[in-house]
Amino acid sequence: MKTLSIMTLAATLAATTALAEPIKIGMITTLSGGGAGLGIDTRDGFDLALKLAGDKAADITVVTEDDQQKPDVAVQLADKMIQSENVDILTGIVWSNLAMAVVPAAVQQGKFYLSTNAAPSALAGPQCNKNYFSVSYQNDNFHEAAGQAATDTGYGKVFIMAPNYPAGQDSLAGFKRFYKGEVVSEVYTQVGQTDYAGEIAQIRDSGADAVFFFLPGGMGISFMKQYAGSGVTTPLIGPAFSFSQDILPAVGDAALGVRNTASWSPDLDNSANKTFVEEFRTAYDRLPSVYAAQGYDTANLILAAAEKADVADQDAFRDALKAAEFDSVRGKFSFGPNHHPIQDLYVREVVKDDEGTLTNHIVGTAMTDRGDAYAEECKM
Amino acid sequence: MLLFEQLLNGLQYGMTLFLMAAGLTLVFGVMGLINLAHGSLYMIGAFACAVVTKATGNFWLGAAGSLAAAAMAGALIEMLVIRRLYSRDHLDQVLATFALILIFSEGARWLFGSFPLYLTLPPSLAGTVTLPGGLVYPVFRLGVIGLGIAIAAGLFWLMHNTRLGIRIRAGEADREMIGALGVDISILYTLVFALGAALAGLAGALVGAVQSVQVGMGEPVLILAFVVVVIGGIGSIGGALLSALLVGMTDSLGRALLPSLLAQVMPQASANTLGASLAAMSVYILMAAVLVWRPTGLFGARA
Repeated sequence: MKTLSIMTLAATLAATTALAEPIKIGMITTLSGGGAGLGIDTRDGFDLALKLAGDKAADITVVTEDDQQKPDVAVQLADKMIQSENVDILTGIVWSNLAMAVVPAAVQQGKFYLSTNAAPSALAGPQCNKNYFSVSYQNDNFHEAAGQAATDTGYGKVFIMAPNYPAGQDSLAGFKRFYKGEVVSEVYTQVGQTDYAGEIAQIRDSGADAVFFFLPGGMGISFMKQYAGSGVTTPLIGPAFSFSQDILPAVGDAALGVRNTASWSPDLDNSANKTFVEEFRTAYDRLPSVYAAQGYDTANLILAAAEKADVADQDAFRDALKAAEFDSVRGKFSFGPNHHPIQDLYVREVVKDDEGTLTNHIVGTAMTDRGDAYAEECKM
Repeated sequence: MLLFEQLLNGLQYGMTLFLMAAGLTLVFGVMGLINLAHGSLYMIGAFACAVVTKATGNFWLGAAGSLAAAAMAGALIEMLVIRRLYSRDHLDQVLATFALILIFSEGARWLFGSFPLYLTLPPSLAGTVTLPGGLVYPVFRLGVIGLGIAIAAGLFWLMHNTRLGIRIRAGEADREMIGALGVDISILYTLVFALGAALAGLAGALVGAVQSVQVGMGEPVLILAFVVVVIGGIGSIGGALLSALLVGMTDSLGRALLPSLLAQVMPQASANTLGASLAAMSVYILMAAVLVWRPTGLFGARA
């Protein structure tokens, strides 16, 4: 167990400064296995924001645990954090199937859950909760933007593919919501699948103009490597997850020129983002991914809310969260009625920067002020 | 054309499963030992291949390194741990070899970290070839199929035409009797174990080259290898080969064909999700069906 504690410092400061009630945050994220890159970036982005906040974060304690990308482990960790660690806020889960296992129970026990990534449709619609905020997006968003981008590019026939779990189903639904052409084939792969020979054979046979795929973490790396070696040349498009900064070094030059969609990019032009990218590179000696950006924003949202309200006063703290008065690295950011973001979505392209590192840069805007498709089903 | 490519994929997948299952079935059949740590040997092979390939820049040396490292690790754990377990019952064996999984996984995590490693194939293996009929197929996967066939042939020759093979088969039939006839059973056991380990290590290297090398990669394959051993019949190399191909084909064709077959009787959207779920189960359904038909597996002699 790793505890980032500034409590001792807080104790010495408390004598001189008037501090709000201490906040204890439980971070459950994936720190080992094929999905470790996503969780490590989430944690590092989150920790960086607290570090940069200095004294303002003095009364915040974070307990970080590895869920191993397993729902049962995540549930055990959440129970432990709620019952024996007595945390106020839970956060950090990367994967939607884990979020579905943890979030409903956590918010029913009166804890806040702030999502740094996973935001399945069920939690945005019928199962929405006043104590659940998604700081990242609604799962469909990046895929909706990809659908819009595919329509804008003029692809007539597209082959679509995602893993068979809540986020995968949301993904394909989101893509189809804004894609106006013909979906020639729709394929669900297994979660954690490492061999894509079968799917690549289907792509080869499909005669599609483009392939839309959503394969986060190690799944995407395996697919991209095998795709590059298969001799199939159909262009790829996808959400940022398939070409995120944690994946690019492993994929290599095969990713160059590929278009992907996200709410954030390292070259997004605003001062909060410039500071974030610079500080992240200094602290961790690598470029941040979209997961790191979302983790960073989540921590800053908590900091902003903690300045205005006491976490023990749940109603006031919730209103402070809802107001979202923090400098987001995504530029403009606000919450919709179901506590999901309203934000712009961009089309990015994989390029090599001056130092020869693969990264993304923005080439266009896919959607402006996009909320989500489920807000109406949410009765809060 | 699509079907032909999927058949090749099934064949390739089956061959890697065979490499994994061959060692498992030998150890299980000859020594009566349930070795859960077989997946760790697969992982050791993959990591050895990654390390040697990175250091020398030569994938072939990496593959040789995986054979050597896994065989050595196999011989070592046989002499240190496994040897004490032959006379114990299966529960003790499962406990001890499960402990080995934890030791090897944490050891690998300690040495290499939690991030997966990725191998880059040499240009001669990374490309594609055009097969008769116009199908474009990756060279490496074709090579895996060829290698699998060669190793299967080699194993058959070893089992049926050499003194070592005769002893292994004799050991399977009656281990006390061949001990009484003057065969040094402990050396025989170490050899068989190292041979099985080397094959698992090679499988790990081949799979690691196209996928990823990471801690815990052996366990999902171990489960499938046990399925292969059980379907094929414990201790039978021929059974393992046939059943590995059967499992490989079922998995590949199931994933490719089930969604479109189901779409004939239900809406496309639900056919896609249900098809994907059924495909994931298909291998286990196959195992259940075979066991109902032949409780000792396809080639199993002992009950």
